[in-house]
Amino acid sequence: MAEGLDLDATRAMLRHVAEVVIANEPALTKADQAIGDGDHGVGMSRGFRAVIAALDAGRPAATAGDLLQVTATAILTKAGGASGAIFGTFFSGAAKGAGGAVLSAALFGRALREGLRAVQARGQAKPGDKTMVDALAPAADAAEASAAAGLRAAAQAAAEAAAEGARATQGMVAKVGKARALGERSVDRIDPGALTMSLILRGMAESITRVSPDAEPDG
Amino acid sequence: MARVKKIVNDPHHIVEEVIEGFVLASHGSLRKVEGVNALMRAHVPEGKVALLIGGGSGHEPMYTAFVGENLADASVCGHIFAAPTPDIIFEATKAVHRGNGVLYVYGNYAGDIMNFDIAAEMAAAEGITVKTARVMDDVASAPPERMDQRRGIGGAFYQVKIAGAACATAPDLDAAYRIALKAQASIRSIGVAVAAGSLPETGEPTFLLGDDEIEIGMGAHGEPGVQRRKLIPADALTEEMVDLLVNDLPFRRGDRVALLLNDLGATTLMELMIVNRKARMLLDQQGIVVHETQFGSYLTCQEMAGFSLSLIRLDDELTRYVDLPATSLGYARR
Repeated sequence: MAEGLDLDATRAMLRHVAEVVIANEPALTKADQAIGDGDHGVGMSRGFRAVIAALDAGRPAATAGDLLQVTATAILTKAGGASGAIFGTFFSGAAKGAGGAVLSAALFGRALREGLRAVQARGQAKPGDKTMVDALAPAADAAEASAAAGLRAAAQAAAEAAAEGARATQGMVAKVGKARALGERSVDRIDPGALTMSLILRGMAESITRVSPDAEPDG
Repeated sequence: MARVKKIVNDPHHIVEEVIEGFVLASHGSLRKVEGVNALMRAHVPEGKVALLIGGGSGHEPMYTAFVGENLADASVCGHIFAAPTPDIIFEATKAVHRGNGVLYVYGNYAGDIMNFDIAAEMAAAEGITVKTARVMDDVASAPPERMDQRRGIGGAFYQVKIAGAACATAPDLDAAYRIALKAQASIRSIGVAVAAGSLPETGEPTFLLGDDEIEIGMGAHGEPGVQRRKLIPADALTEEMVDLLVNDLPFRRGDRVALLLNDLGATTLMELMIVNRKARMLLDQQGIVVHETQFGSYLTCQEMAGFSLSLIRLDDELTRYVDLPATSLGYARR
């Protein structure tokens, strides 16, 4: 089996990520109505529909990073609001970490790490602030820790860590963004951005698992 | 709850249709920036420091109606109550750049900060220098020592007025930026909500207030304020609000100020004048000299009822910029 995803498979992975987020628009809307101004689901759905259109336009890409940048630009220009800037920045940062034609486990981990770095530089959020960073930071750690076990294992570990991280935002008080104004009233709610981040990583893991079903790591 | 009535077509086309309406109302002095939801002066002088303002739509006349001579050169428009995207800001930046840099003025909200910052980086990559002075005048949104976390509300008008006059007369971006920061440090505002506005897309109110309740310090989008309480008479309410403002900067005896009474959408001129009467009584008692008074709709939130009061301390320099004649659809001074 290949050591990672070729460009066609990476394109398919990003397309699947977009479909997962779009399919979850109602859940994201519901999460944001409880804690923000209720437009997160609509914005993300609008952004990821633009991602599908941009990926399907099939402009030539030399690296996985090129495809991640196509994704970033579509979200940045179409999603709007704070979440459009944050998720656009995530993919743009990830693009800088993924300068290779094959998306390997190492490249995957580096993309998440660079995406996290870019998001934190942009939004100043730290782990524990009840943002998408609470899903992304543990995912980046998990992906790097599992890199030796192969791309499939790394992607699955990242998705699980992100899901766990998103769930954990339920116990946190919002420190940044619009939900900050809610303070203690934000407790007991999952952060919508963290939920979206976990959906993105779940979509990546699903697509990677489908492409390399027998790439079970040793041990 | 019944959907709030609005005179709109397809809610998804509101922003485009509003821009078209403004362009037509300007009779040639404004035009749309090609391909994006932004509006600019038809003629921006060569070599001028450009002023670009903007934010979410739905707060008209802010920001779009304040594009004009000695005011802003362009306004970028996001969806209703949502920050404009970087591509809109970047295109408008390129459209108004005349070789002498671009100043951004917008409200201090997370979404706006990130989108304008990304646009500024895109502009820098094309060799366009951008500086940013955010509006952070709402004293209810954070204590003075955390000024950088304060929201931008009605005082945005004076931030735009002064930045506009500075950009029109300053030799370079740094000089205009210095004035804009001085204005930022001198403006204080406080709002009160009496009833919510609604989101045009959904017809839903942006927050809920009891029939006999008001909230002092509530933000433009329903962000929590200082205190929710029963409705009280205008004089008592005005006294509380003026106290919050005066003590914050603080404004002192002998200070010269401009006073702005901003209707949030559905509060009448009748009510604003009753507030103005009491506000002036209080300021006069404290020896604070009111140089000028602006009143009416400057930054609204649809049909939200309530108003904001703003005070800006004016030294001789800021007074000159406030007094400079200006022309736009939303404000004119001769």
